[in-house]
Amino acid sequence: MIGATHYVILSLVLFVLGLIGVMVRRNFITVLMSLELIFNAANLNLIAFSDRLSDLSGQVFAIFIITVAAAEAAIGLGLIVALLRLKNTAALDEASEMGG
Amino acid sequence: MEFLTAHFVEIMFYTLAALTVASAVGVVAFRNPVHSAISLLASFLFVAALFVMRHAEFLAAVQVLVYAGGIMVLFLFVIMLVNVKRLDPEQVFLSGKAPAAVAAGVLLGALIAFGYLAGSLGPVGPGPEALRMVDGAVAGNTEAVGWLLYRQYLVPFEVVSVVLLVAMIGAIIFGRRDAGLEEGGGRMEQ
Repeated sequence: MIGATHYVILSLVLFVLGLIGVMVRRNFITVLMSLELIFNAANLNLIAFSDRLSDLSGQVFAIFIITVAAAEAAIGLGLIVALLRLKNTAALDEASEMGG
Repeated sequence: MEFLTAHFVEIMFYTLAALTVASAVGVVAFRNPVHSAISLLASFLFVAALFVMRHAEFLAAVQVLVYAGGIMVLFLFVIMLVNVKRLDPEQVFLSGKAPAAVAAGVLLGALIAFGYLAGSLGPVGPGPEALRMVDGAVAGNTEAVGWLLYRQYLVPFEVVSVVLLVAMIGAIIFGRRDAGLEEGGGRMEQ
């Protein structure tokens, strides 16, 4: 029997993979893709518990998350274009003006 | 054959979960950003299939249309627009990655323990039929989500449209050629 627990654990694995990608990768585009993985993990959780509780609100929240993820992708890719124009590279550690 | 039909849901879940995790590993591990993007596309599609298994048919369609259609095209467009050589630094990973990975692993263990508890305790709803109800009558999942979205969640829905507008304006401003972002900075001259 596949319950919400299985989905929660799958979404945790996806979340941690995305987290590792965000922390470890040097390329800005790949970091953004890992962020999308994290959004997907959150959605998977909401869907699993929406099914478990038979409550549609989880699905509506997931729609809002997808919308925010789309907005984030548009802004992030705009930032990549700006970074490429400024530094001529997409490597994140090149952008260290603020001491990051 | 009987084993297959008796355990169809389990087999589907474990297959899809394995494929999702494998393609997620691919996103993090591939050196070439184009390969990462294709791997991400695969993981979006597998997650959409998992949504269908949890009675979220409308969301699965939205996932395919918005993520696999829109966001992936945006990613691939930017990758193709700029030279892949410039996007692909010699060194793929940041230095000092090992502590971060270990910390993430420890976090995973703690989260799995918590997630197991969260998933196995707590109340259980009346069943998947409730996910298709509209006004007490059984309709479709899409109709039910729309009913809820345009009635109970109307204000958040309108606020999200403002978020999208702000994102659009922000993306346009970042993408402008005269945004003062060229090397040397154009701001000081004026």
